[in-house]
Parts: sequence; structure tokens; C-alpha cells
Amino acid sequence: MTASTPPPIGAPNDEVSATAAHAATGGLVKSVVALDRVVIRLAGDSGDGMQLTGNRFTSETASFGNDLSTLPNFPAEIRAPTGTLPGVSSFQLHFADHDIMTPGDAPDVLVAMNPAALKSNLSDLPGGGLLIVDSDEFTPRNLAKVGYATSPLEDGSLEGWQTVPVPLTSMTLDALADSGLGKKEAERSKNMFTLGLLSWMYHRPTEGTVRFLERQFRRKPEIAAANIAAFRAGYNYGETTEAFAVSYEIKPAPMDAGTYRNISGNQALSLGIVAAGLRSGLPIFLGAYPITPASDILHELSKHKVFGVRTFQAEDEIAGIGAALGASFGGALGVTTTSGPGVALKAETIGLAVMTELPLLIIDVQRGGPSTGLPTKTEQSDLLQAMFGRNGEAPLPVIAPRSPGDCFDAAIEAARIALTYRTPVMLLSDGYLANGAEPWAVPDVDSLPDLTGAVGFATGPNAASTDGTPEFHPYQRDPETLARAWAVPGTAGLQHRIGGLEKADGNGNISYDPANHDFMVRTRQAKIDGIAASIGPTDVEDPDGDASVAVIGWGSTYGPIGAACRRIRASGRSVAQIHLRHINPFPADLGEVLARYDRVICPEMNLGQLALLLRAKFLVDVQSHTQVSGMPFRSAELAAVIQDAIDSTSTDAVPAGTAANGAMQ
Amino acid sequence: MTTLDTHVHDLGMPGNPISAAVAASVAESGEKKTDLKAKDLKTDQEVRWCPGCGDYVILNAVQSFLPSLGIAREDMVIVSGIGCSSRFPYYMNTYGMHSIHGRAPAIATGLAASRPDLSVWVVTGDGDSLSIGGNHLIHALRRNVNMTILLFNNRIYGLTKGQYSPTSEVGKVTKSTPMGSIDAPFNPISLALGADATFVGRAMDSDRKGLTDVLRQAAEHKGTSLVEIYQNCNIFNDGAFELLKDPNTGTQWSIPLEHGKPLVFGPDGAACVVRDDFGGLRIAETNQVAAEDIVIHDATRENPAYAFALSRLSSQDLRYTPMGVFRSVQKPTYDGMMTEQLDVARVQGTADLQGLLGGGETWTVDA
Ligand SMILES: Cc1ncc(C[n+]2csc(CCOP(=O)(O)OP(=O)(O)O)c2C)c(N)n1
Ligand code: SF4
Ligand SMILES: [Mg+2]
Repeated sequence: MTASTPPPIGAPNDEVSATAAHAATGGLVKSVVALDRVVIRLAGDSGDGMQLTGNRFTSETASFGNDLSTLPNFPAEIRAPTGTLPGVSSFQLHFADHDIMTPGDAPDVLVAMNPAALKSNLSDLPGGGLLIVDSDEFTPRNLAKVGYATSPLEDGSLEGWQTVPVPLTSMTLDALADSGLGKKEAERSKNMFTLGLLSWMYHRPTEGTVRFLERQFRRKPEIAAANIAAFRAGYNYGETTEAFAVSYEIKPAPMDAGTYRNISGNQALSLGIVAAGLRSGLPIFLGAYPITPASDILHELSKHKVFGVRTFQAEDEIAGIGAALGASFGGALGVTTTSGPGVALKAETIGLAVMTELPLLIIDVQRGGPSTGLPTKTEQSDLLQAMFGRNGEAPLPVIAPRSPGDCFDAAIEAARIALTYRTPVMLLSDGYLANGAEPWAVPDVDSLPDLTGAVGFATGPNAASTDGTPEFHPYQRDPETLARAWAVPGTAGLQHRIGGLEKADGNGNISYDPANHDFMVRTRQAKIDGIAASIGPTDVEDPDGDASVAVIGWGSTYGPIGAACRRIRASGRSVAQIHLRHINPFPADLGEVLARYDRVICPEMNLGQLALLLRAKFLVDVQSHTQVSGMPFRSAELAAVIQDAIDSTSTDAVPAGTAANGAMQ
Repeated sequence: MTTLDTHVHDLGMPGNPISAAVAASVAESGEKKTDLKAKDLKTDQEVRWCPGCGDYVILNAVQSFLPSLGIAREDMVIVSGIGCSSRFPYYMNTYGMHSIHGRAPAIATGLAASRPDLSVWVVTGDGDSLSIGGNHLIHALRRNVNMTILLFNNRIYGLTKGQYSPTSEVGKVTKSTPMGSIDAPFNPISLALGADATFVGRAMDSDRKGLTDVLRQAAEHKGTSLVEIYQNCNIFNDGAFELLKDPNTGTQWSIPLEHGKPLVFGPDGAACVVRDDFGGLRIAETNQVAAEDIVIHDATRENPAYAFALSRLSSQDLRYTPMGVFRSVQKPTYDGMMTEQLDVARVQGTADLQGLLGGGETWTVDA
């Protein structure tokens, strides 16, 4: 079944430019095929190191200069029983010679390290795709574990694919025969053998991985040596074997000049928080309780003490946000990081932050819900919790990053709003952004927003008592932003008390006065609404300028929606993409923008939460398109939805003055 | 792994500079007065506790004694939860936050850990700290964050009008226990010692001298101090501590704890504390035991077992209640160690943001 000369591998419905060249290697004539893009998926047991392998391949690819996007997908169990379906972990990487927006709808190449990985991933591999399997793992026992009566390698069931069985395990053992390692230990390096093979196949630079392995196993040089040996053996195997006659070349993607690195959403968010601290001059205090998929932010920030970042692993989510709020009271930039279940626990303290009007960043890396839900999968279903999940009228700004790298800018924007307006801010990331990665242009620090102006601690009285004595009124507001005065403990003469009870306007004393309460509720709302004045106009991408259908999204759906829109445009139709960074408040012109289109589609990884808000706020007949599978949208599927909408939109039937969506012009 | 020395920061004397932004505005705001009078700590807010409530006495005692610490009122922060007792910050002319039910220790932890220059206080009730906030209390105690927790124990929920609390005695009839409470109560001192609290004391609201004495030691202690203050709620649990307050019974049932003194108490010193056969303590008649068998109180014992045994002498009806400081030991503080780690990181590295952003593997695209 070994394919001697597989045809070029590329997504069937994409423009693939393949040109074959020939290179002589070790007496073997091998051809080199140029591709514009490839999607590879590595799948194996959780113990096989697929995430590490994927990350290494990603780093090699990034440093080679391709554009890329990744989708790690791992089980919630740390180590489900070896070789079983629940234990399968995978990593998908899309890389290209042009700018891409998603990790790819489906792989072109699937590497399956065992029968379980094959069984759970094969249905995603389109017919004709390249399938590499570790034939050593297809033992009767492993086959039985996942319910294969016969080996798919022998029973002909893999005929629809270009299947290349490779004895990855035994070749790794052979390569490490002299390493002095035991069989079990040596076997662990099979992921590096595989990485070596793929690195040969796609012409990846290898020095980075060698350096990485040396660094990673600094204290265990024999393990470092074994992994490097396995990695090289895999590479050499590719070069000399007859099993693979073709290797592929994907040219670097044109990118703006600059220094780049590969970055995941959680990393970018962490760096954004550090930057926000330095650019505002406030020390960061993170109060957090571990929870997937947010924990990596706690891990990352705890490494950055040199920047004055304090991290506090609290006894629970309530203490995490409580401590962060306490630190904000003391003049720090308090931050708390969590996922949906943690936000639920923090709700009461968020209300306190709304009432005390202190800056605070609440980062919700959303995962599948409700309850414990799908901890390692992605979803956007906390939007309404973020908006409304508190008692009383407790408005707060909500913002969302659109890509892993964008998490950096979003964190700084969240800090800007929190400090300028003295308010808790909710930042909604998700599992897909958190763990996914992309190339990121390293910004010049001096080009980052200067947030020092937003801080402005009070240093003296700002009001007078009835008899004219100068006083400090903590609820005296800036007339423009409605932000209250912020005096930190230690400031002479400004001692004051704040808390969760309703405050009298101005002096902040406890007040049960009905008119005052009505005023304060409306003022807190007006303050949040007023943030719209500080954000730019709605981000609309309509290169043709004549679209009658718009797709609106928020957060991590930016990539899939963008890729879908590109497909539509490539087919000669027009479509507008509207993507929201700010969900509360919306950009001031959003109502007007929406009214321009006959049809507005809103794809979300929930049951229509943004659509609900848009309908309520703008009376626009938004068409909600939803998916809650724990996985990001596939752009081909979204393109079909958009295509349908375009096909069924007829402007003839619309009365003058009214858009087809019902909105008044 | 860097070893941290155990030095702790004096109040108002940060070993590590606070952030430049805070330091600058504090400096700009001018002089702080440290020679305070009790009246300097009063606010213009009308005190709203029920007439006769034990909270008044505690407020007065605190306002009278605090000036003697020599800390500026601007450097004091009182954080409270929810309950009658938690209204305390409004009546103190310091910085304060009246937060939410049970969470004050958590909020104070963030404040104290990020501002080691401040004197941070928590005021909480028995419901606030031992029901809804039990988790935060024990974790604050085990971490040894530099703050002083005043637990106003009236053995009832005052603010919600008289339900039983986690310190109410079994059998107590309240609005929510018409047939008597069936919950076994916490002994807050035992609980705190179980969490390895470094400073644990108990005082009576009406005993100005005893209360002031315990409060002073608590305030001077570096680390988390917990002071349980028996507080009379004359509306919903009046007379709860009468056994100990009544001059006729008080001396009989309270055991005054004085460091370095033998544990002899009761009228004419008739009763005393001796070791029992199981490593604990028991009450004995002074004239029935050898003088050298009477336990000499030592609050500085490293092992909390002794202080715990002391706390177990009392029963839930308050007979044999030790009053005073159970334990006072020195351990590194959380905020001190956090500051140390930051200092170590600063010595070992540089705060180069550009370097951090461009860290890891990078590549360059030329124009
Ligand atoms: C989340 C929440 N649950 C319940 C309450 C209602 N509540 C307020 S105070 C209190 C009990 C207070 O008892 P304690 O802490 O002993 O204080 P005391 O009033 O006795 O001083 C309760 C249950 C609340 N404010 N918040
Ligand atoms: S209800 Fe009790 S504790 Fe509350 S103020 Fe009145 S007397 Fe004091
Ligand atoms: Mg109480």
C-alpha cells in the first residue's frame, strides 16, 4: 500500500500551485514540489508528546517565515489509559506562503501514532490525503483497545488515502541502540523521530529544535542527546527512504518588515498585562485560582517578578479577585484570570468593583459550558454572563481579542479602559485563542499606548464641606469620563471609606436616599456607555465596497469568518466583515453600520448571545448562525452560510427607507 | 532556589519601595500626623449600632489605643465584610473598605501583600469569618500575611436579625432554630490554631484593659494576628458572655493568660491548669497538685499543640475560658517573602520589556 510518488498535497478546494523540481539525494532521485499551503495534523496518545512535537514544528515553521495558525486539541484527562480513544491528543498546524486566518478546516496530512489516533481522526482527513502511521503500534492488543477487529493497515479500509505505514517506534529504538537508554525511555523519543521526518518532508530548519532540546534537557544530557539523535535519524530516514519520494517546499509568506515571534494567546495576554503595568506605571497584582484554559497566564506572569509583577495563587476564585481588588484599592493594577466557572464565583466581587469604581481586569478564557462542561474545548458562551451575570444594575465594559497575537493589544486596551474610567473590565478570550498560536510582530515598546495619564491619583482635597473646609470626595467625578477620584491609602489627609453600600453622589457616604440611588445607578451606566467616545468607529472590512450582506462576529471567530469572507470574495461576490473588539459599549456607529446591509449574519460559538444583544439594542433582524461543538468554525461551512444569504437576498423587495433587516435607515 | 531571610518589614517602613506612582502621590500629599488623639480617629458618620451594643465599647477601645502605636491614620486601612460589626470602618477616620460578606481577609491579603508599608486591619463577625468566609480566614492565617483580624464574636447573626451562627451553642433557640440548634459550634481559637496562626488572642468587649492589651500585642505582631473579641449583641443574644462578665462568676470561669505566669485562676487562685496524661491540659484544684506541675503560660511555643490544648479547656457554655494571648510566634510573613522574591528577581535580572516581548525564538523580515 506504500505510495511511491504521492501527488502534491493541498486542500482540494483551494488554489494549489504545485511545481515539481528534482533533487538528487544519496543516489535516490527525489522530487521537490512547491505548495502554497499545507495543513498537518499530528495525533497520538497524550503520553506521546504530540503537543510538544506540534509546538516544535510550529517554531521551525515560524522561523522559516511562513504564516501559520495552530489548533491544539487535547483531552481533559491528564493521562487517560494509554492507547484509548479518550487519551488521544492532537495538534493541527496550517502554514502557508501567504497570509492565512485559520488553522485549516481539515488536514492534508495526518500523522497517527497509534490505532486510537487513527480511529478518532481519520474521518477528518479528506479522501486522497496523506496518512502516515506508526505501524509498530498496530498490535492486536492496541487494535482491540479501540475496537478494530482487523488491522486497518491490512484490511484495505485505508485505500481511499495515501497511506504510508512507517515503523516509527522500532526505527527510533534502532537509532538509539547505543544511547544507553532503556527501551521504554528510548521509545519516548519517537515523537522527535517523527518531527525529524516531517522536518525533512517540509524543508524545515532544524537548528532551533536542536537548540531547544539541549536547553530543555540541560540537566539530563543523555536525554537531550537521545532526542537529538532520534530527530536526526527521522530527518535522515526521510532523505534516504523510498517510502517518501517527494518533499515539499512552502515559501516564506510576505510579511511586513520587522521582528517576529510565534505566540499563543495566553502568552500574548500575559505579555500585554506586563506591558500595561509598565506603561501605566502601576505594579501588576494577579490574584488567580488555577483553571483550564487560563492557568498558563498565572504560570507566565509568575515568571515576571523582575517587572514588579506580584502573583497570588488564591484559595479560590473569590479570593483571587478579592485580593486583586484589594491591591487595586492600594494603587496596583489588579488582575484576575479565570474561565467561566470562575467568573460565576467572582460575580459578587465584580459587583463590589463596579460599586467601588476601582480599576480591575477580569480575564475570562472561555471554555465549553455549562458547569464543568468541556474544560479543554473552546466556546464563546460566557458573553451574557460577562454582560449581565451580577445582581443589580452592574454594567461593565466587555472586550474581546480576535487572534492569539491580538490578546496582547486587547490586554492593554482593557487596562486603558479600567484605569481611565475606574472600572472593572471583562476581557473574553477563549480556549482556541489561548492555546492557538500565530506569528506576531514584536512591537516597539515606545509605540505602545502611554497609560500614565489614565492613572492620576488624587493628592489633595477636591471638594469642600458645607462650611467651606476642603474635603476629599471619593465620588467626585471627572466631568468628561465620569471616573471618580482615586486616592490610595497612605495619601495624607484623603482617608475615606468605600464599600458595597450605595454611596451618596460626591462625598461617598452611605446613602439610602431613593433619588440618589436612581442617580447613581444611571451615572454608573452612563460612565460605561461613555466609553464609546474613546473607541474608534466599527471595524468593517468590505474591500469591494458594495456588499449587501455583512457578517458580524466577536472574539476568536475573526479568523474563520475572515477566511470564509475571502472565499466568497474569491468567487466574485461581495461580503462585509464586521468584527467587534468592544462589545460593551458597542462602537457608537454600530447601529448605523448595521443598517447599511440587507442581511446581517452573526456566527457564534454559542446559541446566539451577541445576536441577542444586537437585536435588543438595534432592532436589527440579525441572522444567528451557531455552533457549540467545542471546536472553531470551519471556514468552508461559514462560506456556505454566507453564500446562501447572498443568494437569498433580494433588494427589490425592500421598501424604500428600510433595510431588508428591518432597521430604519 | 533562593533562600529568603526572615526579615519582616516594620509598619510604615517598607524594606522595598512601593510603586513610584504611589510613592509620588503620597509624597505630594504632604505631612502625615502620627501624634493622634482618639478623636482624630472618629468620623462624622452617625454610628448606627443598637444602643447598648458591645460594638460601641470595642470602637472606643480601638480609637483610644490606636494612637499609641504611632501610626498615621492615613497609613491604616480597615477592611470589613458584612454584618453589624463590619460597619466598623465607617466610624474610623482611616482608609477603609466595607466589602462583601466573608471576603475581607482575601481583599486585605491583596492590599497587604502589595502595600507592605500599610497597617492593614480586618474587622469581621462570627458569621462573616467562620461561615461564608471560613475559607479565606484559614488561608489568611496559614499564609501569615501581615494584618490584624478582629473577629467580633456575638455568637449570633446580628444584621440579619438573629439566626444562629457557627459559634452558637448546640441547643440554641433562634429564629431559624425554633427547636434548638443542632450544629456543633466552632471554637474560633482552636480553628485558628489548627490553621497554624502565628498570633491568636481573645478578649472581652467590656474589659478595656484586657482588650487593649491583646490588641496592642496583635498590632505589633508581624504576620496575621487573630483576636477573638467576645461582643454582646444586646438585641438578639443578650448576656451571651454574662458568665464571664459577672463579677461573681467571671473569676471562677475565666483563665487569664499571662506570658511567663503560672496558670492559676478562680477565687483565691483555687484552680489551676496542669498537663493531663494524653499530652493535653486539664483543670485541677491548686491545693491538690505540686506547684511545679502547674503550667507556666508560654505563648511563644513553636508547636501550636499547647495553645490548642488551652483553647480546648473551655466548653461551649464558656466555663474555663482562657482570655489573653494564646500564641505569639515569629514566622516569615507572606508579604515579606513576596517582596523578597521581587527583590531577588530584580537582582538576578533586568526589567527589559522590549527584551521580554522579543524573547524566545524570533526571526526578522527585511523591508
Ligand atoms: C452573600 C451574602 N449572603 C448573605 C448576606 C446576609 N447577611 C448579612 S450579615 C449576615 C450575617 C452576619 O453575621 P455576623 O458575621 O456574625 O455579623 P454580626 O451582624 O453578628 O456582627 C448575613 C447572613 C449578605 N449580605 N451577603
Ligand atoms: S443587632 Fe446586635 S450586634 Fe447588631 S447592632 Fe444591634 S446589638 Fe449590635
Ligand atoms: Mg455575629
